[in-house]
Amino acid sequence: MRVIAAMSGGVDSAVAAARAVDAGHDVTGIHLALSRNPQSYRTGARGCCTVEDANDARRAADAIGIPFYVWDLSERFHAEVVEDFVSEYAAGRTPHPCLRCNEKIKFAAVLDRALALGFDAVATGHYARLVRAADGTVELHRSADPAKDQSYVLGVLTSGQLRHAMFPLGDSRKDEVREEAERRGIQVARKPDSHDICFIADGNTSGWLRERLGPAEGDVVDEATGSVLGRHEGAYGFTVGQRRGLRVGTPTADGRPRYVLDIEPVSGTVTVGPRERLAVHRLQGRQPRWCGPAPDGQVRGTVQLRAHGGEHPAVVRLDGERVEVELLEPAHGVAPGQAAVLYDGTRVVGSCTIAATSRA
Amino acid sequence: MSDFTEAPRVEGDVVYLDHAASTPMYPEAVEVMTARMARTGNASALHASGRAARRVVEESRETVARTVGARPGEVVFTSGGTESDNLAVKGLFWARRHADPRRTRVLSTAVEHHAVLDALHWLAEHEGAVVELLPVDRQGRLDLDTLRASVDRDPGSVALVSVMWANNEVGTVQPLPEVVAIAHAHGIPVHTDAVQAVGQVPVDFAACGVDALTLTAHKLGGPQGVGALVVRREQAVVPLLHGGGQERDVRSGTLDTPAVAGFATALEIAVGHHGERGARVSALRDDLVRRVRDRVPDATLNGDPGAGRLPGNAHLTFPGCEGDSLLMLLDARGIACSTGSACSAGVPQPSHVLLAMGCTDEESRGSLRLSLGHTSTAGDVDALVEAIGPVVERARAAGAASANGYSTRAG
Repeated sequence: MRVIAAMSGGVDSAVAAARAVDAGHDVTGIHLALSRNPQSYRTGARGCCTVEDANDARRAADAIGIPFYVWDLSERFHAEVVEDFVSEYAAGRTPHPCLRCNEKIKFAAVLDRALALGFDAVATGHYARLVRAADGTVELHRSADPAKDQSYVLGVLTSGQLRHAMFPLGDSRKDEVREEAERRGIQVARKPDSHDICFIADGNTSGWLRERLGPAEGDVVDEATGSVLGRHEGAYGFTVGQRRGLRVGTPTADGRPRYVLDIEPVSGTVTVGPRERLAVHRLQGRQPRWCGPAPDGQVRGTVQLRAHGGEHPAVVRLDGERVEVELLEPAHGVAPGQAAVLYDGTRVVGSCTIAATSRA
Repeated sequence: MSDFTEAPRVEGDVVYLDHAASTPMYPEAVEVMTARMARTGNASALHASGRAARRVVEESRETVARTVGARPGEVVFTSGGTESDNLAVKGLFWARRHADPRRTRVLSTAVEHHAVLDALHWLAEHEGAVVELLPVDRQGRLDLDTLRASVDRDPGSVALVSVMWANNEVGTVQPLPEVVAIAHAHGIPVHTDAVQAVGQVPVDFAACGVDALTLTAHKLGGPQGVGALVVRREQAVVPLLHGGGQERDVRSGTLDTPAVAGFATALEIAVGHHGERGARVSALRDDLVRRVRDRVPDATLNGDPGAGRLPGNAHLTFPGCEGDSLLMLLDARGIACSTGSACSAGVPQPSHVLLAMGCTDEESRGSLRLSLGHTSTAGDVDALVEAIGPVVERARAAGAASANGYSTRAG
């Protein structure tokens, strides 16, 4: 097959590209330029959008012996990921930009372009497994390395997208991948993992949002008493389940910590309460995406409600574009805007965006 | 010695249509350089080895001077085009402003190479220069009336005028004699970036009247990393690089003797043959443009369609295509070309040259520069013409896929 390997400049995508070559594919490396002005995004070794990262990717491609190009996806990235990120926060939700990037950029804009240019697949360094059944259908499964599993951020991919995806690292552990990079002479073998949001240069998300959304003061209100505990500079600085930085002026009556329970974007009211009030039994989802045929009616399985979060047994009921998730055990700190990814064992069934949660 | 009968001197079977980026070296230049590399000696040293190196440098300087119509004392060797442009623009600005602090304006064009543009931006930001980038017409040619009006507004405040001889992207030759006449009427010095012109079209420093002229070796069959600023002796230039003062105190740094020798050798061949080679290359180029437009009827030629264009330059817009898709597809078929001027990150930016010529962002991105030179053959043109139809078709499909906001393969 002719394969496009998306190379971020990190060790995972470099080894993924090398393995695609070993598997006998005709591989071309590309680095996605996600900003017209790379300095405006993260600098240093932590991100994936800098000139330095592009150069690391180029040097990895040299070591692997494949052609390499930079594809300018900055406009699409801005429109599909950055603007969505800002408007979701403005609406009091907590978006996950990596999911959006996989859904709209890597396995949409890049994949569409690759297919049009005569390629058959896009390979990335995600830790997830694709299982191809005899009838040609493709299943997405959790990685063999549970600590690195990234199937959550791929749960937005449809079978049409997965058919043209390739995840060569799905059966490996991270330390094996680093060793292999070392063995292959790829210079980024020891480069640290990227963690934070690639387009926020200094990692200060609320500061970055304040620059774009402006100050929007509001009250921090105690759920039990209704009393105003303090003021904040913008509700977008908060996420449901958050404990730090609440600016609660006085010690709470019971002396116990308070958590964000709810964000009301219009008034900017942030409601806080004790941890047990974070418990969620039920959630409503929108924008379902199925990694295979859409299930009908009702499915039992487990759901994961944030990246690196645990699994919760659940019953999922479908009604067209609306999804109702009943959690068989309560989950804590579920933030609207994040994805609920549904699993059947290790297999990803699909996902939806969390629209609302209820505590009973 | 013939400069165009040998086989192409590029790697493998590559069809090399990127001479404007860097030109394959003449074998004679490689020979002179490698021979000199086997010898030692700092051209500034006083012993026999030093004198031998110095002799090579001075003979090269005389060759360069003779070839471009200058005196040897006017040739300042540098590390190449970017250094020469920076030295000219900053060095002339500083010297002229020092002589008269009212001289803060610099007049240039919107289509200059980044080595000039970015030096000007730096002067504006850090040295209080008032930079005026004058507009160009649809073909990329400077509007002389605007230049005249701009000079006449306050001639005493103009430090210098910098106008390239020929454009690196679209190949348009600028009306330099007229520029010189307008500037010199008020005693304003003129710098020209002639990197793309030397070896392609006749360039005579003394006859054209400019005060400073940039050239570089690797665009004319010489090595990378060496060039020159030809600058009149009476023209004061404040140096950029301080040190041993090797180049008449205008430029410091031990000269790269082998590279200087290779440069002079290549320049002599390039200029010595440019008449017959120019005719041959422009015939190939015309053939290329005609046959590409046969295959892709809506492709348009940017720049001057007539004589006011570099012989090796073909700059085409392919509507509905992304230039970088075209480049990648041609590269996969062993054909090397360019989408414009490359940037350090390899990120394609819409060309400032095409935007200044009035092209839309989309037209600018769908453009390809195919530049021929001394190694180009009819076979190269055949190979490109053979490939271009299917390549454009694929790139159009990719362009349509990119323009479509959402994936078409959901479900």
